Amino acid sequence: MNASPDVRDPRDEMPEHLPAMRAFALSLTRNSAAADDLVQDTIVKAWSNLDKFEAGSNLRAWLFTILRNTFYSDKRKTKREVSDSDGAHAATLFDKPAHDGKLAFNDFSVAFDKLSPEHREVLILVGASGFSYEEAAETMGVAVGTVKSRANRARLKLADLLGLKEGEDILAEADGATTAVMGRSGIQAA
Amino acid sequence: MRDDMADKQENSGLKKQIDENLRRVYQQALEEKVPDRFEKLLAQLREKEGGK
Repeated sequence: MNASPDVRDPRDEMPEHLPAMRAFALSLTRNSAAADDLVQDTIVKAWSNLDKFEAGSNLRAWLFTILRNTFYSDKRKTKREVSDSDGAHAATLFDKPAHDGKLAFNDFSVAFDKLSPEHREVLILVGASGFSYEEAAETMGVAVGTVKSRANRARLKLADLLGLKEGEDILAEADGATTAVMGRSGIQAA
Repeated sequence: MRDDMADKQENSGLKKQIDENLRRVYQQALEEKVPDRFEKLLAQLREKEGGK
């Protein structure tokens, strides 16, 4: 491999991506032990496929792709939707007080746990990881438009799980006009 | 039409709050200590490769 001096060896760069890989794995699995196993498998797979990595391209997106593909293929194999300790992770780690009387973070975490992995994935990628829609699309192996619409649906689902009716206003076809008023006062503080 | 919908959601306080919380979920996961086994695994893989 003749990498030019300004292009780093992905082997040297990989350790820097471990926290992000684990955070992404946690958002898919919502379980520490499962997340660790997933990161472990991802490292091994990535290492044995390094010849397929295009030097100088986005290593994090490449690693995330392997990670989520591994997650979904394991899930298909085991057909085990959620583990027993699903949600326990959030309960122990994310039990912090609400800020400014806004959306309580613990409530949010509980609702987030109830989303499908596909919805958690898209929300974390575009809403939190700093990935662009294009990078998220590449990682998820879908079109940019699919990422956007899936992210919208995931936010609406989350709003629904949180009992926030404003979500319905966003959907043009929503006919919950009367109930929409009820949820409004608390969430328009910003 | 899709863009209208996205813009509307972009401007809503709800989206802002959801994204704030998402960042918090992700940030907390990022700040957790990464198990030593991953660094060890990388070192092992590297060693194996060097021995080729």
